[in-house]
Amino acid sequence: MLTDYTKYLRMTKFPHIWCSGCGHGIVLKALLRAIDRLELRKDNIVMVSGIGCSSRTPGYVDFNTLHTTHGRAIAFATGVKMAKPEMNVIVVTGDGDATAIGGNHLIHAARRNIDLTVVVFNNYIYGMTGGQGSPTTPRGMKASTLPFGNIEQPFDVCHLAAAAGAAYVARATAYQARLLDKFIERGIRRKGFALIEAMSPCPTSYGRKNRLGDGATMLRQLKETSVKITEAEKMTPEELVDKIVVGTFKDVDTPEYVEEYDRLIMAAAQRA
Amino acid sequence: MAERKAQMLSGNEACALAAVAAGCRFFAGYPITPSSEIGEVLSYLLPRNGGRFIQMEDEIASMGAIIGASLCGVKSLTATSGPGFSLKQENIGYAAMAEIPCVIVNVMRGGPSTGVPTQPAQADFQQARWGRHGDHPIIVIAPATVTGAYELTVRAFNLSEKYRTPVVLLLDEVVGHMREKVEITAPEDLEVVNREKPGMPPEEYLPYSHSGTDLNPMPAFGDGYRYHVTGLAHDETGFPTNNTREIDLQYRRLNRKLHRYRDDILQVRKMETDDARIGIVAYGSTARTARHTVKAARSEGIPVGLLQPVTVWPFPDEEIRDFGKQVSHLIVPEMSLGQFAREVERVAGCHAEIVRVNRVDGEPITPKEIITAVREVA
Repeated sequence: MLTDYTKYLRMTKFPHIWCSGCGHGIVLKALLRAIDRLELRKDNIVMVSGIGCSSRTPGYVDFNTLHTTHGRAIAFATGVKMAKPEMNVIVVTGDGDATAIGGNHLIHAARRNIDLTVVVFNNYIYGMTGGQGSPTTPRGMKASTLPFGNIEQPFDVCHLAAAAGAAYVARATAYQARLLDKFIERGIRRKGFALIEAMSPCPTSYGRKNRLGDGATMLRQLKETSVKITEAEKMTPEELVDKIVVGTFKDVDTPEYVEEYDRLIMAAAQRA
Repeated sequence: MAERKAQMLSGNEACALAAVAAGCRFFAGYPITPSSEIGEVLSYLLPRNGGRFIQMEDEIASMGAIIGASLCGVKSLTATSGPGFSLKQENIGYAAMAEIPCVIVNVMRGGPSTGVPTQPAQADFQQARWGRHGDHPIIVIAPATVTGAYELTVRAFNLSEKYRTPVVLLLDEVVGHMREKVEITAPEDLEVVNREKPGMPPEEYLPYSHSGTDLNPMPAFGDGYRYHVTGLAHDETGFPTNNTREIDLQYRRLNRKLHRYRDDILQVRKMETDDARIGIVAYGSTARTARHTVKAARSEGIPVGLLQPVTVWPFPDEEIRDFGKQVSHLIVPEMSLGQFAREVERVAGCHAEIVRVNRVDGEPITPKEIITAVREVA
């Protein structure tokens, strides 16, 4: 069935700020398909973001929307969830926002396993500020602050979140849009901290600096470099260099923070 | 009036109890001396009262979390001291810009940097006002006693709810850790203000209207209003704008808002000021020392009076200027090197001679130091 996206969009706020060829619109559509299939009430959704291209998403959607400071979306979202646990709290964030300036909040929210769904739009670059390198920029690649190529090792956002204690972790690319909405749906459904990494092309900055072609070419490249997690398990680390492992990394039933707070702490305090 | 209950409390404990009495149901914080007891007490009290407490991973996260909770309609508090207060500033600015009620307790210690964690100072006076970038007002109130800490915590919540603004409760380590008898007002006699919610339908609601009272009602997330909150310059609907006129209107209203209600926000306490020829201006625990000095100087026949700003920001310009016109000297004792005296000088420096009494060695100012200054000009 076709999704009526306009039901969830603030149509008067278009055109959006994203460049042509950017993958963020594809990720947003996947997110809206997931919300639509879950039949979530718009009044019951709080969408929280930080700063950056992907963090402009909340302005375009008809939910309770909170566009916060750089890196702090998960911290604000933690307060929202603790104040009103019945809300569906969805964080949209970029690779710089989530793993550099906001890295501490990401790992601690995952450790607590608080019921947030975090969608990381990973385009390997700080797009809004002009294409500087980020913690996910692959080795050897160029950026406006990496004119001679990147010597730092990039974060694997999924492994990071899984190791920190997230209940659900998955990755897909903007090319696999249908897979992406399935993962986001599953992430929202999963009680606890869910992180979905959505690989998204940035032809304007990352693509241009590294001569990767236009948006469509970069999307095809995402497809070609993708490897299913089941196949990746049989491959050597050398074979996996420059590959994007796609699939579900973690999906476990583990105590959620606010539920545990109410069940153990609030109950004990009221008995005391 | 119900009977007031007497308790032995520290300023930090009084602050935590008062927060619950004022309706606070969420606290997010990070341990830091000398404010940690506020979080400790609330980790016990909040869940007993249907609220929630969280120790966040850092100061910045704590500030973000209380803003998020406040947007859900829950009165929220964080507490910190100098270094943590510095870290929180960006998000305090967010709360000012997006007009989100919240209360930040800053128990002042010596600084900059790690400074003197366990001893008092009053050196965050200017940081409290100007710690953020950009033009915006903020309310800062400073108790001098443990009873004051209780009463002003309630007042901090009331002001933040009424004016949709972050409010800083500026304690110093003396007030935070001093233990004394407090007469606690019975809950039924306490004035508690809750933010106004919109009465109009969602399609007519403007979260940042420029017209009317400059104050706008605020729904909670989940109430059906589905509005947008951002730290970007925004128009009346709350969405980002690059329109110069809208940006100008927004900043001017934000800066006008507290000025317009100055009379309600400002509180000063006066002691023996009517016939005073020499004035003392002091706030926080230093004002308590100054009260003692006034009594002692009066017993020597010196006509001294004290003006104590309780609301320290917005600064009580007119009240201190008028006091300056009436006296020959204004003695300004403070536990910093002139952050407070700078403001007194600004408003009254052309009417009275400003005499600074400063201490930055981690010890409170003694009555002897102030009375020595009084005798020198008497």
